[in-house]
Amino acid sequence: MKKHLLSAGDLTRDDAELILSTAAELRSLADRPIKKLPALRGRTIVNLFFEDSTRTRISFEAAAKRLSADVINFSAKGSSLSKGESLKDTALTLEAMGADAVVVRHWASGAPHNLANAGWSRSSVINAGDGTHEHPTQALLDAFTMTRHLSNLDGRRIAIVGDVLHSRVARSNALLLQTLGAEVTLVAPPTLLPYGVETWGVQTSYDLDAVLPKADAVMMLRVQRERMNASFFPSAREYSRRYGLDARRMGSLQEHTIVMHPGPMIRGMEITADVADSERSVIVEQVTNGVAVRMAVLYLLLGGSEPALTTSEESDA
Amino acid sequence: MPPTQQPDLPPVDGRTVLDSRDITRALTRISHEILERNKGAQDIVLLGIPSRGVHLASRIAAKITEVEGAAVPVGSLDVTMYRDDLRLRPARALAPTEIPSEGIDDKVVVLVDDVLYSGRTIRSALDALNDIGRPRAVQLAVLVDRGHRELPIRADFVGKNLPTSLAEKVAVRLAEYDDGEDGVTIR
Repeated sequence: MKKHLLSAGDLTRDDAELILSTAAELRSLADRPIKKLPALRGRTIVNLFFEDSTRTRISFEAAAKRLSADVINFSAKGSSLSKGESLKDTALTLEAMGADAVVVRHWASGAPHNLANAGWSRSSVINAGDGTHEHPTQALLDAFTMTRHLSNLDGRRIAIVGDVLHSRVARSNALLLQTLGAEVTLVAPPTLLPYGVETWGVQTSYDLDAVLPKADAVMMLRVQRERMNASFFPSAREYSRRYGLDARRMGSLQEHTIVMHPGPMIRGMEITADVADSERSVIVEQVTNGVAVRMAVLYLLLGGSEPALTTSEESDA
Repeated sequence: MPPTQQPDLPPVDGRTVLDSRDITRALTRISHEILERNKGAQDIVLLGIPSRGVHLASRIAAKITEVEGAAVPVGSLDVTMYRDDLRLRPARALAPTEIPSEGIDDKVVVLVDDVLYSGRTIRSALDALNDIGRPRAVQLAVLVDRGHRELPIRADFVGKNLPTSLAEKVAVRLAEYDDGEDGVTIR
């Protein structure tokens, strides 16, 4: 029984499809006058953010509030976290406050895993991005957005382009999209492909122009300067010429191909403004879908007597 | 596909209390009663409760259209998140909620379900409606009322009143949803 969502790789195909279909039902809530459901009334969800984030934190907060949960935001700045309190002591505090779930973002890869498995608390732990490791709800919302445009992902070709090395989004997507039957190609300069990528089961390429005409969805990644401790490419200009998505390259895409970006994007670097604002771009929709997908995750983990993931019996009353 | 509400019924077992023709007749009568009570199809919105209630609602809508010559809006209302036993079982898969584009404000909403039993599903449905709009009136149509209410709720339109014991199980099968023929059995 899964109580936590730590890695996109932990999800079976049934789990992932259950989350996506639940999200599809929840998405219509956004069109209603009262955007609220009572499913998590009386539950407490803590957003524990050790790293800056706008859209993920707001998205989780909106998702929890729309399910009527109480939300406590805990960010590293302005709390005792910045005074050097350990993760363990923070976890014990949250446990004492009666948190049912902790949504954690941390700069250290593996911190959510630690929080979930060290026995410090009984809460469900949801990974909202850890270091350069994983960001499973982002992968779920990306997959959800793709299924809305491409219907089934079976056999679809997805290109993930850019700074794969520092990208937790790329890793989570590579795992999840393969679970859902898609073929993933990572496109990056050799210096920005992670060590051991050959074990991910994905294809890799250094040549964006060769990959684009075959892709059904193109996901552009931000170059994460803040995580770079060496120079991985000669210049920003050269990077964007070889790996940036501009109008000319967009012209080589198939008719139905969508362009995605997990945000925040650097216009002019990995993607030009005209591509980001074009009709193919689903970047804004990704944000909208993020709330529905996170609601689905919170509901399935916390809504019942026990988590619904990896159980498949159902009955009606 | 994710687990949806699977019919956990054995191949026709137990005593048949309504066969396919009985069901058709009951739905025809309910359709006429709805029209009679509301003096026509004006402002009526039919909302089925998943899963089988949705199919029953479409059948009633078709019958009303046949009689009145005008289409009535029909939709579905999932009550899963409003159930009072949500915390007693693992989180359940959701079913679609589709509210007709006219909305439900100032309309007469007729909720449609297959079996009325404890009344708890209908209570959840009333709560769910409350978050969607403010109907002028809410009425309830059910194919079978088997008794044993646990809340002060009653149906306005009933296909068949079926006295049962708590140990008995009432099973509704509909051709659109379950395999095979329509039927209501008790065992």
